[in-house]
Amino acid sequence: MTVTEDAPAATKEVGKDRRRKEDQRLITGRTKWTDNIQLTGMLHAAMVRSPFAHARITSIDTSEAKAAPNVVAVLTGADLGEGQGVCINAWPITPDQKAPNHLPMPSDRVAFAGEIVAVVIARSAAEARDAAELVDVDYDELPAALDLREAAEDKVLAHPDLGTNKSALWVFDSGQAGTGGDVEEAITKARSDGIVIEREFRQQRLIPAFMEPRSVVVDPTGEQVTMWSATQIPHILRFALAATTGVPESKIRVIAPDVGGGFGGKLQTTPEEWIIWAVARRLGKPVKYTETRSESLMSGHHGRDQWQKLTMAATKDGTLTGFKVELLADLGAYVAIVGGGVPVLGAFMFNAIYKIPAYHFACQTVLTNKTWTDAYRGAGRPEATFGVERMMDELAAELGMDPLELREKNWIKHEEFPFTTVAGLEYDSGNYEAATDKAKEIFGYDELRAEQQRRRDSNDPVQLGIGISTFTEMCGLAPSRVLGSLDYGAGGWEHASVRMLATGTVEVVTGASPHGQGHETAWSQIVADRLGVPFENVEVLHGDTQISHRGLDTYGSRSLVVGGEALIKAADKVVEKARPIAAHLLEASVDDLEFKDGTFNVKGTDKGMGITEVALATFAAHNLPDGVEPSLDSDATYDPVNFSFPHGTHLCAVEIDTETGGLKMRKYTCVDDIGNIVNPLIVAGQVHGGLVQGIAQALWEEAVHDDAGTLVSASFVDYLVPTAADTISFDVAHTTSPSLTNTLGTKGVGEAGTIASTPAVVNAVVDAIRHFGVTDVRMPCTPERIYKAIHARDGGAPTEGAAAAHFDAQDTADRTDGAS
Amino acid sequence: MTRINLTVDGDTYSDDVEPRMLLVHYLRERLGKTGTVVGCDTSNCGACTVHLDGHSVKSCNVLAVQADGSEVTTIEGLATDGELHPMQAAFHECHALQCGYCTPGMIMQAIDVLNDNPKPSEEEIRVGLEGNLCRCTGYHNIVRAVQVASGQEPKPASLEGSAS
Repeated sequence: MTVTEDAPAATKEVGKDRRRKEDQRLITGRTKWTDNIQLTGMLHAAMVRSPFAHARITSIDTSEAKAAPNVVAVLTGADLGEGQGVCINAWPITPDQKAPNHLPMPSDRVAFAGEIVAVVIARSAAEARDAAELVDVDYDELPAALDLREAAEDKVLAHPDLGTNKSALWVFDSGQAGTGGDVEEAITKARSDGIVIEREFRQQRLIPAFMEPRSVVVDPTGEQVTMWSATQIPHILRFALAATTGVPESKIRVIAPDVGGGFGGKLQTTPEEWIIWAVARRLGKPVKYTETRSESLMSGHHGRDQWQKLTMAATKDGTLTGFKVELLADLGAYVAIVGGGVPVLGAFMFNAIYKIPAYHFACQTVLTNKTWTDAYRGAGRPEATFGVERMMDELAAELGMDPLELREKNWIKHEEFPFTTVAGLEYDSGNYEAATDKAKEIFGYDELRAEQQRRRDSNDPVQLGIGISTFTEMCGLAPSRVLGSLDYGAGGWEHASVRMLATGTVEVVTGASPHGQGHETAWSQIVADRLGVPFENVEVLHGDTQISHRGLDTYGSRSLVVGGEALIKAADKVVEKARPIAAHLLEASVDDLEFKDGTFNVKGTDKGMGITEVALATFAAHNLPDGVEPSLDSDATYDPVNFSFPHGTHLCAVEIDTETGGLKMRKYTCVDDIGNIVNPLIVAGQVHGGLVQGIAQALWEEAVHDDAGTLVSASFVDYLVPTAADTISFDVAHTTSPSLTNTLGTKGVGEAGTIASTPAVVNAVVDAIRHFGVTDVRMPCTPERIYKAIHARDGGAPTEGAAAAHFDAQDTADRTDGAS
Repeated sequence: MTRINLTVDGDTYSDDVEPRMLLVHYLRERLGKTGTVVGCDTSNCGACTVHLDGHSVKSCNVLAVQADGSEVTTIEGLATDGELHPMQAAFHECHALQCGYCTPGMIMQAIDVLNDNPKPSEEEIRVGLEGNLCRCTGYHNIVRAVQVASGQEPKPASLEGSAS
């Protein structure tokens, strides 16, 4: 279905690689970041944070800090009391989910290292920071629940009052749901006459690491209290402030100005926002708080962190018969806003693109005394895609089949769409064969396989590995009825307004609040086509709840497929409101008008009138048909009917030096089917950035805690966000199966690269060294881990002798005193 | 307090500053040069990169007093008479930015890379930008922009190969 047939001039702007409107201010330094805001009389905050993972607060002495120069106030949790509100969990995944009360600033007990115990307010940020050092907090250290598996056994309790660390067990079973067979039967049968693969994989803990540290300013002066925040979710933030602090929603204005990246990390309502809200209202002065990078890495929410126990059953010819998924997911110290819902999103994606007759998914969420976890780019789907794509490679290796051939044998064929999966979702469109064929060709799959064989045969110290990931994902969050059935606390609709200004320009208001994606450009392209106005004449407004009063913000690759559809519906309403006015002014019947390229034409004549002329006439309102309101402005709220299901084939080649464990990425090719494309430039950018975040999980990044629960990777010295020197250029291409569930036929792309790339890389690593008996390398696949995996069987024999061969004896002779 | 005199983006300034004040804080808070931003506290991210007497420095790693008598150029001083600097234009043309937070520092560093080596290889560009982190772009289009700015790649009509 090419759904653009009814769209006026649909080929003009949509599909063009327009350079972004956003860039001008960003490349000249005229950007409005939250930390740039200075208000008259503004005060500055610094936080005092717990150095302990779990401790009772026995006393807090603020006297010295209060006496420091230009300190205005030092406040503790006891000072703020209940007025500080509470941090919410919007998605209790089961009715009996156990969740500790999450105060922004607790007064009695801290549950992770980095939790705030006091806030210092001073006239400058430096004075606040200096005084924060003077706050004297006494703690009684408590045993901390740190290791996920041990925490699941309740050996040490993260929150003693709850009596257990186990928060919720969420189960989906295809036999019970009626979407498939009984997985235990399938596994039992495969054990006798088929093949069963069992693996345990670790999804390490990651940190979103957006480049702009979080910052919040609250101005309590004026009729509405205004909060500026570096957030992805101004609308949800406003709702949550109203719901938990007793201030009517109508008295709250939230503004997300320019926001420097989020990746899920700013999809949160934070203790820092709540504390500054409370403090500014208490002091009656505007207050700003900007976190340091160390604070950001320590106390901004983390992502992933799962153990995956996977059991895959198949017949001996490689036909999948069942897949059982058992997850342990680390929530950290609190159940965050989405919290346990993140791993649960994976429930619908472990079956991926495959026809699996029987499926079971169980996720146990667990509380620990570490930073709380929540959405990080992909949120549940990268974990699922990693699990299933790693298993497909393991099954192929066990069967001695080419891993692509095994996948093709089991995937949904293009003529089988729409296809209802064993997890109960209906995939509307896709063509896995086409994407794979194109990827193989661009990648040079057969040639690289041949080279791999040559290196194997010659026992080359540098081995080549080829990794595959044929992924799909569900995005465009989300149909409200589905969210309701999962007990999520809100809907999944999106809102847009189109305002026709008298002077010919068009203002578009979107509820999807961007933070780097390029909505201003893409939305302008869509509206330019829909209304037949110039791209340059469209202005896109967002991120301020007094301008964009309705919205559910940006995450889950939802903006275009949900927010874009709302925009189309609003623009179409403008045309319908303009039609009777144009007919009246043209002295024609409404039925005789056709709207094309921005003009209402009277059929069969050369009479016509541009929509901007109609807008001006409507503004003047001197001559309108009886009973017609003098406005073309229109709103629409759109609730998606289904998710969107982008898919693709990613191929990765790595070279591994078996003597050192060193890894070099040689080539990365991805062919993504994201339906019709509004702006190929923006799409390429989303794919590139997504790829690197997924590759970074595979190779470099990990949030590491020591035995005391201190985050030791709490700066960019130790948390290895990749640099330009670590990465390569990518081959990015597309195939196109338009989505059938939105007008433009688009699918989400924001998370696709991250979801697909991690297993492609790890599969390549394992493929390079499988002949050493390696079946897994835990992420991040560091040279050390790769080296140890290669030498696991020979015990990692010392290599000094091998190294010595490279040096002359005279150069290595010990000439220190007394050596001879 | 120490008195400093310096030129920033072509204008002269004379200020009393605390000896501990970082150049980046001086630029942002005293001069309102908020185009230069802070991204970390360990001098890893490079978001605060400016030019000090013609060479790139991380302005979080320079004290304001060290800039006394110097000439500082920030992202806000690059465009002349409304004309973008070729590196700014290349970043726009090649879609080498998304959220834009790292962009000022990345552009300042990229200019420095070309000042040292006008025709760098891809590898040399990547190593030259190693001290500047970007979380959005995956660096692919940043490298491309530097190649375009160095005149080694024709200005792309579209980024073909990136979306076919």
